[in-house]
Amino acid sequence: MDFLRPTTWEEALAAKADQPEAVPIQGGTDVMVEINFDLRRPPALLDLGGVAELREWSMTGGHCRLGAGVPYAAVIDELGGPLPGLAQASRTVGSPQIRNRGTVGGNLGAASPAGDSHPPLLAARAVVEVESAARGVRMIPAAEFYLGVKRSALEPDELIRAVHVPPATGPQYFSKVGTRNAMVIAVCSFAIALHPRERRVGTGIGSAAPTPRRALEAEELLAAELDWDAPLDPALLRRFGELSARAAAPIDDVRGTAAYRVHAIGVMARRTLTWAWNDHLEKRAA
Amino acid sequence: MRVTFTVNGREESAEGVWEGESLLYVLRERLGLPGSKNACEQGECGSCTVYLDDVPVCACLVAAGQAQGRRVRTVEGLADGDRLDPVQEAFVECGAVQCGFCTPGLLVQAHDLLERVPRPSDAEIREALAGNLCRCTGYEKILDAVRLAAERKATG
Repeated sequence: MDFLRPTTWEEALAAKADQPEAVPIQGGTDVMVEINFDLRRPPALLDLGGVAELREWSMTGGHCRLGAGVPYAAVIDELGGPLPGLAQASRTVGSPQIRNRGTVGGNLGAASPAGDSHPPLLAARAVVEVESAARGVRMIPAAEFYLGVKRSALEPDELIRAVHVPPATGPQYFSKVGTRNAMVIAVCSFAIALHPRERRVGTGIGSAAPTPRRALEAEELLAAELDWDAPLDPALLRRFGELSARAAAPIDDVRGTAAYRVHAIGVMARRTLTWAWNDHLEKRAA
Repeated sequence: MRVTFTVNGREESAEGVWEGESLLYVLRERLGLPGSKNACEQGECGSCTVYLDDVPVCACLVAAGQAQGRRVRTVEGLADGDRLDPVQEAFVECGAVQCGFCTPGLLVQAHDLLERVPRPSDAEIREALAGNLCRCTGYEKILDAVRLAAERKATG
């Protein structure tokens, strides 16, 4: 096995072009588990820990450009204001030790349907910035990034540089079902983001389909029928829960049954919309 | 490959390190520092918690090569010579140790908490230790120990 140690982004891209089968490693919280358990023996590890620019975030062009190497701990400490949905989800990741190492970029690279960052990225309409030495930068909307269980739109010679997340213009919430409040891989999860200026609501479903996905029909329902100046219509809320649950396509596994997940997605959809709507009305009243 | 980093203030080198090897393996099997415990190897139990450049991490999830040129502090580096750290003293006095397997990780994690939050609330203690599993104590005496250590550190 090779251990590649680039110290700049250009070196990292060159190394990935040279050895496309090299597995990028950042916090190691997914990759090292697979190596420790003999589930994976890549010909090379590409350590991105030495590429300092990946650990930075900035507000540019109206977006938060979150470097692929920014750990969850920094998202929680520094970005709770502009990216509340992602920060909430980050607080539910693993333990403090895991949040000190694990990154949103790594979550995207692993592309597990249960990854906690995905639902809030979908709800906020984030865009993934990937790059290769040969073809340069590609901007991939989160909704088009996830292709299958642990499969993404990332090409073998590409690396994830950053994820661009629009700062919140309305309330955002993340909800996750698990057996305790820490160290939990989601049984299923749901994220919501209100976009009051466009009068649209974004959603993200986690761990209840082969990929993280939006609840498109549920979003369309709200775009068509939500009265942004009024209390939430109970019938509309119920319908939103039903359509969100219908967007899920889960399986039975050790963490939960498909039927339970479908039910829970509906409940979390109603809850998160209610929380967000209460905030929305409060802000209008203030 | 060879990996060189600072451990508990001293520069150490390990030779013949396999590229997929964890920092935990290098500490325990190559550098003679078995304080950090090897249990789950998947970041679930926290018994291998060490400081990496002042940040507590699971050593089982750090590739050894990622520690190159960096600073590691293990449970062996908490005491000042023969003088135990207040966190260690409090664990002994409160009976927060039974089989002892989780203790090194809990000590490092609790040490970090008190460095950052000198007078933590119970909720903060529980949150900080959420990734350190103990199957003996039921955690109550561990919480007692962290409260005692916080009090002692705060009152000098």
